[in-house]
Amino acid sequence: MSVSIDRLSKRFGGFTALEDVSLEISGGELVALLGPSGSGKTTLLRIIAGLESADGGTVRYQDEDVTDRPVRERNVGFVFQHYALFRHMTVFENVAFGLRVRRRPAAEIDRRVNELLELIQLASLGHRYPSQLSGGQRQRVALARALAAEPRLLLLDEPFGALDAKVRQELRSWLRRLHEEIHVTSIFVTHDQDEAFEVADRVVVMNKGRIEQVGTPQEVFDHPATPFVMDFLGNVNVFQGRVESGRAHVGGLSVDYPDHDSGDSRPATGYVRPHELDVVREPGEGTNIEATVVRVHAVGAVVRVLLEDPRGEVLLVDLGRERAGELGLVAGETVWVAPRRVRVFVHDFQI
Amino acid sequence: MNTRTTKRVLPGFRPSLAWTLGYLGLLVLVPLGATFLRASSLGWNEFWSAVWTERARAAYRVTFGASLVASLASVVLGLLVAWVLVRYPFPGRRLVDSLVDLPFALPTAVAGLVYSDLYVEKGWLGRFLVPLGIRGAYSWLAIVLVLVFIGVPFVVRTVQPVLAEIDADVEEAAACLGATRWQTFRHVLFPMLVPAAVTGFALAFARSLGEYGSVVFVSGNMPYKTEIAPVLIVSRLEEFQYAEATAIAVVLLALSFSMLLGINLLERWSRHE
Repeated sequence: MSVSIDRLSKRFGGFTALEDVSLEISGGELVALLGPSGSGKTTLLRIIAGLESADGGTVRYQDEDVTDRPVRERNVGFVFQHYALFRHMTVFENVAFGLRVRRRPAAEIDRRVNELLELIQLASLGHRYPSQLSGGQRQRVALARALAAEPRLLLLDEPFGALDAKVRQELRSWLRRLHEEIHVTSIFVTHDQDEAFEVADRVVVMNKGRIEQVGTPQEVFDHPATPFVMDFLGNVNVFQGRVESGRAHVGGLSVDYPDHDSGDSRPATGYVRPHELDVVREPGEGTNIEATVVRVHAVGAVVRVLLEDPRGEVLLVDLGRERAGELGLVAGETVWVAPRRVRVFVHDFQI
Repeated sequence: MNTRTTKRVLPGFRPSLAWTLGYLGLLVLVPLGATFLRASSLGWNEFWSAVWTERARAAYRVTFGASLVASLASVVLGLLVAWVLVRYPFPGRRLVDSLVDLPFALPTAVAGLVYSDLYVEKGWLGRFLVPLGIRGAYSWLAIVLVLVFIGVPFVVRTVQPVLAEIDADVEEAAACLGATRWQTFRHVLFPMLVPAAVTGFALAFARSLGEYGSVVFVSGNMPYKTEIAPVLIVSRLEEFQYAEATAIAVVLLALSFSMLLGINLLERWSRHE
């Protein structure tokens, strides 16, 4: 089932949680809402579910306007960050709840619940109470419970947020596989970009109640639409400067910027990811920057080099193991840092 | 070779255990033991004829029956009060919240006097109720009324924190799964409150069994009808039959203890742990 969100807005007192948000999600897609806390991602998810009502705008499931439909008539599965399991019910009864309130025949409930327990690999723990399960197991039960009544839409609010790193990693790939099996349209909220990129078909980056960018993980990472997205998706080196006459001059670097070819100079910022920088031993006018090596350390597959330019700005460079071996950098030596690629954003005129 | 003594993280285990046992002994076990000792001065037949007279059995029935009904009523009313206090913000909520505790502080004799004054034939409420056949003073109903007055705060104060602790997301989860409001209450919220409600019931019940001050004013103390066991004990004392009085007390204690034990087991079972 597809979901279309049209010009949603929501305020809590003086705080604007969502402002004029529109989004199309097609059937069978797995979409991540990614953003820092306070960006409105959870509010958006809760409005899609019907747990919160919007001040303005509409939500449609397929062609049906559900904006004023109460949550219990929407048939959506919702997974909460802290599981929200019914602690007085066994795992079996938790999963069966959605079917029991719909008064499905007992035999059908039995069959469906066992099928789901099989799916979440907890078939032997149906008689346990939630307090007797680990966090990862509880969240799987919550997911099975949400799926029991065959929802049209599956919504997950920071589903792995309360789990430790290893379990989180396991559940991520498990969720991805599960989605490939059952193909229900799913939206999940996260503040963790790795999680969003690893699990989702498409990522919606949100900031301050607005959508900054929508795209596949690859698109969003390679072509960030705004400085916020650039900044939010991992480490980045920032160079301040100006653009004029088709060139950008940022932090001692000079690159082409054909989008702005008029003569008036405008402030701009250049962004370079650590892996897009190389270290060389020869200076070059406008193509690299002089810097002093401060520290070199290996982090997994890359070697992270921390440098300082003459003005005291810190630069971060990720080199491949081999390249680092070739260079043999030593703390204190002077080198030149060369970007393979610089992304320039011209500042909006703002007063 | 040296023996290692286990050091505890919290200091003062021995003195605090000694204090606890000393307290239990002096204030609880010694008086209770004395009761049994005094009662045992009677022979078996004398004991039996003291505690199992028709009047005594009627008194046990009134005591346990009225306490049971009153405590059940307290559970229903207390749940309602706790629900309102936790769920709905309304002006004066803090005031109502502190009023709940008032029965704890009020001398129960005062409650008894006020109740009987209200419900007698000429009283403010009695003048309307008595013509309808509802006798709220000097009757079995009167005993239940004062016991509810005394019992409700116990239920409110045990249920309230549990209710406040239930996260909104549990209810939201139920709604997402298609449950109506009633189904959510019936199958999700209520079962979570059961253990606390059982505890509240046990406290109210225990308190009701021992209640004397208010009942003595409202019940009319008619033997075989509205005479409760504690009143019977006092009337035996007034006849200087100390051993008989303590014998009845022993029966009351034994019955109460076994019932409270049962309620405790029920409570543990209802927690699923």
